[in-house]
Amino acid sequence: MLERRKFVIGGIALFVVLCYVIRLSYLQLAPNDYRKIAESNAIYNKIIYPSRGAIYDRKGRLLVFNQPAYDIMVITREAKDFDTLDLCETLHMTRQEFEQRLEDIKDLSKNPGYSSYTQQLFQAQISAADFSIFQEKMFRFNGFYVRERTGRQYKYPCAAHILGDVAEVSPTDIEQDDYYMAGDFIGKQGVERSYEKVLRGEKGVEVLLRDSRGKIQGHFQNGELDRKPKPGKDIFLSIDIELQMLGERLMQGKKGSIVAIEPSTGEVLCLVSSPTYNPRDLIGKNRGKKIMDMVNNPSRPMLNRAISGAYPPGSTFKPSQALTFLQEGIVSANGTYYPCNGGFRYKNSKLGCHAHTSPISLIPALATSCNGYFCWGLLNMFGNRSKYPTVQDAMTTWKDYMVSMGFGYKLGIDMPGEVRGMIPNADYYDEHLRRWNALTVISISIGQGEVTLTPLQIANQGATIANRGHYITPHVVKGIKGGAIADSLHKVHHTKVNPKYYDYIVSGMRSAVLTGTCKGAQNPWYEVCGKTGTAQNRGHDHSAFMGFAPKNNPQIAIAVYVENGGYGNAFGVPIGALMMEQYIRGELSPDSKVRASGIQHRSVN
Amino acid sequence: MQYVYNSNKGIFMSLDWITIALYVILIVWGWFSVCGACYDYNNPDVFSFDLNSGKQLIWIGTSLLLASALLMIEKKFYYNATTFIYIMMMLLLIVTIFIAPDTKGSRSWIPLGGGVKLQPAEFAKFAVALAIGKYMDRYGFNMSNLSQFFKVVGLFLLPMILIVGQKETGSALVYLSFFLVLYREGMTGSVLFAAFAFVVYFVVGIKFGDEFFEDMPVSIGEFWVLLLTLFFTIVLIGRYCKDKVVVRNLIVFAGGLELLAYLFSEFVIPFNVCVVQLIVNIGVVVYIGIQYAYTRTYKYILIMLFTILSTSVFYGCDYVFNHVLQDHQRTRIEVLLGKKDDIRGAGYNVNQAKIAIGSGGFAGKGFLKGTQTKLRYVPEQDTDFIFCTVGEEEGFLGSFGVLVFYLFFIWRLISLAERQPDVWGRVYGYSVVSIFLFHLFVNIGMVLGLTPVIGIPLPFFSYGGSSLWGFTLLLFIFLRMDAERNYKNR
Repeated sequence: MLERRKFVIGGIALFVVLCYVIRLSYLQLAPNDYRKIAESNAIYNKIIYPSRGAIYDRKGRLLVFNQPAYDIMVITREAKDFDTLDLCETLHMTRQEFEQRLEDIKDLSKNPGYSSYTQQLFQAQISAADFSIFQEKMFRFNGFYVRERTGRQYKYPCAAHILGDVAEVSPTDIEQDDYYMAGDFIGKQGVERSYEKVLRGEKGVEVLLRDSRGKIQGHFQNGELDRKPKPGKDIFLSIDIELQMLGERLMQGKKGSIVAIEPSTGEVLCLVSSPTYNPRDLIGKNRGKKIMDMVNNPSRPMLNRAISGAYPPGSTFKPSQALTFLQEGIVSANGTYYPCNGGFRYKNSKLGCHAHTSPISLIPALATSCNGYFCWGLLNMFGNRSKYPTVQDAMTTWKDYMVSMGFGYKLGIDMPGEVRGMIPNADYYDEHLRRWNALTVISISIGQGEVTLTPLQIANQGATIANRGHYITPHVVKGIKGGAIADSLHKVHHTKVNPKYYDYIVSGMRSAVLTGTCKGAQNPWYEVCGKTGTAQNRGHDHSAFMGFAPKNNPQIAIAVYVENGGYGNAFGVPIGALMMEQYIRGELSPDSKVRASGIQHRSVN
Repeated sequence: MQYVYNSNKGIFMSLDWITIALYVILIVWGWFSVCGACYDYNNPDVFSFDLNSGKQLIWIGTSLLLASALLMIEKKFYYNATTFIYIMMMLLLIVTIFIAPDTKGSRSWIPLGGGVKLQPAEFAKFAVALAIGKYMDRYGFNMSNLSQFFKVVGLFLLPMILIVGQKETGSALVYLSFFLVLYREGMTGSVLFAAFAFVVYFVVGIKFGDEFFEDMPVSIGEFWVLLLTLFFTIVLIGRYCKDKVVVRNLIVFAGGLELLAYLFSEFVIPFNVCVVQLIVNIGVVVYIGIQYAYTRTYKYILIMLFTILSTSVFYGCDYVFNHVLQDHQRTRIEVLLGKKDDIRGAGYNVNQAKIAIGSGGFAGKGFLKGTQTKLRYVPEQDTDFIFCTVGEEEGFLGSFGVLVFYLFFIWRLISLAERQPDVWGRVYGYSVVSIFLFHLFVNIGMVLGLTPVIGIPLPFFSYGGSSLWGFTLLLFIFLRMDAERNYKNR
């Protein structure tokens, strides 16, 4: 009787084991995340940062290199029982700032990756001097650590817009590219941004095993999953840093831009935007404040006017018109004369011009920058109903010429922030004006009205003329160590104008230097071709110059644009001349030096 | 008593080699698990004596020596020495309380020098098993004699209290498994049933005590405890008193009344049904009391006592839970019952154990490839939580295997116990069965998150000399007894 109870006891054992087997199958056989959780427990991916590529100029002069920077990190759960006052003093912060910073760190909306167990950034990039003081006292500040990082340093205090800078990634950066993690550095502007993937290299990783106390116990799977970092590649700019420095000097106290291009390659030799700033100012913990100051500054030093500023080109636009008229057969170089008696007069329209002989043909019209000639040309083109059925058709033809010369669209320079400028088309006028004809839009022929170009596009026009009809996509990076720049940067663009017509333009621009508006660019060493521009503006006129030299086998094409600088020969011509001299001769003559310092100290308010 | 040799089989031939094989398999399997659990990345030599895996080899070796030695000691030696062994063991337990240094809050380890420590609680089990066996082997022992019954219970309650005195509640609870032995020897099953009922009350009461039915001011825990009380009372009366009229009356009137009250509250006017239930249960107690007055059947009194206790349990367990249990015990129970989700605190161990086992999947990560245990995410990874390593490195296959081998081991021991020629041998055998079963139940249950975290080892798997020796001692005394089963009582 009682012996049967052995079945009860054996049954209890069976029941217990059955329950546990069911539980085991639930834990081990049902789909679950335990494996992932176990791995995230034990596996610590230690990121090894590669060194960022350096930046050199076209002659191999070092511009940007890496230097160590120190971040103060905090593990909030450990940060207690220390002398807060001492810490605040060491880090130059007030008690309130300290409390505020800790609160911000713990605020998940501001710091999404917060964990009280891991190091959080407390203060970024303290100076080496502060670091050494902090390091001595660090053992007293429980929960505070130092993370060594690599920041950027600049050899020359210039070319800020071209070089750009690096800073911590923003949440959007992380969203767009999962390569980045919070706290990583990324190029923010300039070539640091456009060549980010070349410069950054590739992060390496050590897959480590971490025990429950955070101690590293070795490599996971004997290091099979470890990856060595690939250092970033060095890049060589096409910029000549000497030329760039001179340009920035000449533009002091003025707003505007200088762009120089090597016509045969499309390499940008200098890209000055003024006002500018010292790139070193953006290093370190004051970066945010400095940027805010600049954003609030009405003269907008952060704006890269060379590629992000669109201006009326004024008379620098005239060569493109002349080329269009020649190619379309509206004018012939030597056979067409247009009247200009103090300007263009037709029906009720009037457009002023300065004194010169009349009637006038193409080359002298370019040399004297005659408004009348180009207005007549456009009038004759847009009014030619035998060639163009409607004014819209004429407009479209005109627009296609402009676009083929690199206007109206981005040129595709290898830098962020380029704008396209404005070349109006027929649709634009149909939309904005009820009725329009050649007279309504006549001012586009002299680079006024709706037309705007970037200084880069003006310089590129110079390069196109220097090349007699083609240009190469302008670019600021000449080469990559152990790599190559994009093919698109070598692309040759031919305009819709036959190269033979370019010779007339070159002659016109040459006589502008010899006898016309650009006499200030004349020099004894090489033949300069140039074209001034005086762009009308609500306030003072903008002073512009476009040119290239030498006339044959040109080495440099240049555009100078000084906002509110007055006549083209007030600032545009002398600055352009000095820049060309510096580049072609390698230095300025004593006379030029005097002139340079004169210009440097002339401000435009 | 005198025994004569009445078989042509030698001791060697009569040994139960199946059990010994299972013992060896489990011990070797256990050693591999300890290797996985205590692996040190800086010292990958599992045989190194700096590591627990190396030391465990010593404990295994010495245990095998101990086992061989025990097989030489005749059964009659124990029969004569039982009283002495029991008394010495109890003295040792008492002494331990006073001389053992505080180790993580418990005073159960006696340092023997050289870093070796001895836990007497692990050795007291065999002494108790011998003692109750000898007591129950007495001529004229009768389980239904209350004074004899309580003397037996006293034999294992004493070491239990002493071990609680060492602040080793877990090891003390193991002695409750002797009730299973008493059950086999004739104790009424209602004791086990009552114990089961009280566990149910406690779990339901604590887990649902402060949750309420939708739209009714009725505590879910209170409602079910009171309903279960009525149900269990009716079941007990039906089983032991066999009075169909009483059962029918209880079902119709008491059950009907509670049902009516529930329906009224649900569909007419919500009110606290438990008040009605409480009154009904008091009525039931009175009714049973009247039955006793008529029939003079003492079983009615016991059942009445059960009903009263059951009814007061819900109100009492709250008190026990909040005032008697220590803070860490309370938190462990709350976490186990899912009332608290404390991943960083008390729930950490259990949660990490689940992760370890779950991450093993079907086939496991492979020998020495687990990370949860080696990197100490699981606490006590080579002692109490050793089963995590099995789960992580050997997966479902390994864990299932361990459970199956244990089940066969326990079943084998049951059949050995049953074939003992005398009560003493059988009681001792069932003691061994019950102790192993209890350890298996609590240890693996705790690792799987099914029972509260009670720190007792998994026999043959958990690292430690004391526990391995203790279990070897317990087992091999029995194997020798079993080998003598063919000796004839002279």
